[in-house]
Formats: sequence, C-alpha cells, structure tokens
Amino acid sequence: MALTTAKLRLYGKPFVFLLLLVPALWLSYNWWMAFQYQPHDLGFNPQETSNRFTGDWAMRILLVSLAITPIAKAFKSPKPVLFRRMVGLFAFFYVCLHITSYVWLDMNFDWPELWADVTKRIYITVGLIAFLLLLPMAITSTKGWVKRIGAKRWQQLHKMVYIVGTLVIVHFFMMRKGFQYEPLIYGGILVFLLLLRVPSIRRFASLP
Amino acid sequence: MLIKSKEKWAETENSVTDETLYLNRRTFIKGAAVAGSAIGAGVLASTASFSENKRILLPLDYKKTAYTLDETPTPENAIINYNNYYEFGTDKSDPAENAWRLQPKPWSVKVDGLVDNPGTYAFEDLVDMKSLEERIYRLRCVEAWSMVVPWIGIPLSSILKKVGPQNDAKYVAFETLADRKQMPGIRRPVLDWPYVEGLTIEEAMNDLTFIAVGLYGKEIPNQNGAPLRLVVPWKYGFKSIKSIVRIKLTKKKPPTSWNKSAPREYGFYSNVNPEVDHPRWSQAGERRIGDFGRRKTLMFNGYSEQVAHLYKDLDLKANY
Repeated sequence: MALTTAKLRLYGKPFVFLLLLVPALWLSYNWWMAFQYQPHDLGFNPQETSNRFTGDWAMRILLVSLAITPIAKAFKSPKPVLFRRMVGLFAFFYVCLHITSYVWLDMNFDWPELWADVTKRIYITVGLIAFLLLLPMAITSTKGWVKRIGAKRWQQLHKMVYIVGTLVIVHFFMMRKGFQYEPLIYGGILVFLLLLRVPSIRRFASLP
Repeated sequence: MLIKSKEKWAETENSVTDETLYLNRRTFIKGAAVAGSAIGAGVLASTASFSENKRILLPLDYKKTAYTLDETPTPENAIINYNNYYEFGTDKSDPAENAWRLQPKPWSVKVDGLVDNPGTYAFEDLVDMKSLEERIYRLRCVEAWSMVVPWIGIPLSSILKKVGPQNDAKYVAFETLADRKQMPGIRRPVLDWPYVEGLTIEEAMNDLTFIAVGLYGKEIPNQNGAPLRLVVPWKYGFKSIKSIVRIKLTKKKPPTSWNKSAPREYGFYSNVNPEVDHPRWSQAGERRIGDFGRRKTLMFNGYSEQVAHLYKDLDLKANY
C-alpha cells in the first residue's frame, strides 16, 4: 500500500478536511436544534458549552498543526507537510467560531460590554492578541502570498504560530478555576512541540 | 474535555460500582424509574441528562412560606444535572454522574467551638423534619449563571439556637465531607480539601440563611448537597456549602476554600454585587439557565431589603 503524494492529494486531503469539519457540523446541528426548541446536546448552558467546545477544538487543531513539521522530520518524509496548511487554516476557522460563539451567542453583540471585557480581562486580551496574530498568517497562507513576500520572510512571519500557541495555552489556563490538569497537559504538549524546534535538542534527539 | 486517568484507582472505582449496585439493586431500579419520569422542560431543553437518582428521594412534608418569587423556578432537570460540586468532578455533569456514591444516610454533624452544647449530632437531631418549609430563592453562581430553586429546609438560626452560640462567637465555619471512597473528585487537588466555608454570626442568624434538606418537594439529591447544605441566597453560590459534616463557632474569621485558592478573586463575603467585577469577568449580568440572553444582576441578588443593613459600615469593593 503505497501512499503516494498524488493519492494523498486526491483522497487524503478531502478525508482530513471532512474529519476536521466534524466538530463544527456537530455544533451547528445542535445549535440549529436549540433554535428550533428541539432537544439538543449542548447541555443546560449552551453558550458555555459552545464557547468551550470551539476553544478546545481550536487549541487541539493548532497543536496538531504544530506537530506536523516534527513528524515529517522524524519520519524523514515530506508527506505530512501536505496537510499543514489545511490543518493550520482549520485552527484559524475554529478560532473564528470560538469568537463568533462568544460575541454572538454568549454576549449577543453587547459591544460596550465586549469592549470592557477586552480591556479589563487579561485572558480575553490574550485571546484577542492570539487571534490578531493568526490573522496575517491565515491571509498569507496561499502560494501567491509566499511568492509575493518571499519564502524566507514568509517563514519568519509564520513562526508567529509559536507565540500564538503560547498565548492560547495561557488563555486556557487563565479561564479555569482551581488547580486543574487539562491546561497543564495541553501546555506540556506545546512545550514538547516547541522544544523539538530548538536546534541543540533536535541534534540530541538525532532529528534532522 | 474529560481526561481519563489510568491510575490504579480506576479499577477500585469499578469494583465499588458493582458492589454498591448489587447491594442496592432494588433502589437502583426504582431510582431509574423515577429518573425516567423526570421532566425536561425549559426554553433550551437538553437531552444531556444524567438524572439517575439511584437513591429514592422520598417526598417531604413541608409548609409553603412567603419566601417565594414571581419568577418561574428553573426546571428540576436542570437543577439536578448542572452542578458545581468539585468533589465529584469539575464538569457540570460530573456531580449528577458520580454523586450516587455518596451515602447521606446515616449522617452526623460535628458541632464544636464556642457553643454551649457541642457534640456530634445525628442528622435527625439537628434538623427538625416536622418544621420543614419551602423557600423559593434565586441562586447566582460566581460564573455568571443563575437559577430559581425551590428549596425545602429550616432556617440555619434554628440549628444555631439549638447548639447555643456563646457571646464571643463571631463567625460560623462549615466543612464538607471529604471522603475519597465516596467522592472521586477528591483525588484531584483542584482545591485544598475538605471544602470549607464561613459566615459572620449576623449573616448566619439572618432570616434568609437556610439549611436545605430538600428540593422540588423531595429529599435533596446527592449532587445538590445531600443530606444538608447551606443556602445563602444573597451570596455567590460557592458560599452555600454542601453535604455539611462540621459546624464550628469561632472568634476568628475562618478560612474559606475559594479564598485560599485565589484570594484576589474570591473574598470572604462574596456578596452578589453587579458593581464589583470578578477579576476575570464582569458580574454586571448573568444568564438564567433556560434563557438565551443575559439579564442584569441585582444587588445582593435582589435581597437588599433583608441584608443590606448587615454591610452598612463595610466598603463592599474592598470586602468583596
């Protein structure tokens, strides 16, 4: 069974695309049911559920996108990189859903209150900065943009994802109450993925 | 997301389940039948229900009181399935799933400190089940959601009078059960267990301050704090400590769990106050469970008339 690049392009990409769409479809279906006053699976506080659900998936997919390059290097194969842009854009998509959930479903476009949140609550400020840093990366994700700004500068720009990953984990850590394991687990995964990018550690682990 | 830990206790947990289910199999079957008939109303009704009240909740005899509201009580289904009770897990659905492990009968409460009649009281000796009353109170969680709850119980003052607070008692300290066998959440150091709370003696003696032993006409479910819990309707929900095993009258201000965990965020008083924000979110508004939008939060959760005098000399911004 040889997974050629051509096969991955033809079947692999649509498959991963649909897979990453599943959480969004689940959420849309349940909100649609809720708006029809039908039974749904969003629990007793659907706004809280959808804020957390979209945030969790944005964070997970972002971590997956950060894992692709190390995996490609570990297996000495460029194939995983075929999916990197799509996964990164999906992380951005779930961040957009997360913000929509908060601004619309939760806060119902209460702009003065939203502005107060952004300026007064550090974890929301941190989240917004993460989104603003993701925005130029999402816009310049096309081949045309790589050409336009040059591969080297493009790569430098996209290294901002390390900062975004850190901000996302800080944002998650800050919204939890008490001492909880989940932010530490996600934080640990991020630290591991970032350490794999440190040249001396890469050499130590004999990764190219 | 719930991350299942593969500790060795996972196995123990399973074996406990089987044994308890075996011993209480009739209770379980009846409880499941009761749960099956539970109502699932509400504007945003949910199918995510874990209302397996494996305990049979006996109906209670109680009298109605003037403590009622013009607002419709939150559906029972929501009150018993959407809980913060971290001893049973940190997800809102965890308490309803896990609290069946709690054994609320028999129950006793240790009463000590500055009281005339200290001792370990059986539940029945502390709570006069013949003088139960219903009080429909607003419940405002510090997380900015709220409910309207028909509690059944007795005023805390009636218990305090029984145990006889001494003149130099200035505070009442409460403690929740902390038993690893009954409470799986204790295995995680979310808070410094056992959960502890406290009130000033004036707050404790206020007519609104209530000990609930029932909910919606029946005994209170485990996940809501069986067999007896505090209800302080003008304070954020976490002050209303559940499954109380100890009441201590003290001269010094007692420590309180969330204050120990994050002193900047949770004060001793924790009165509902729309003008004093939580450092991480606004307290000006709240979502009533079942509503789509938010509503304005009321000063002292709408109980100013009854309690504002307690704080007339207190700077509520500094004493949050």
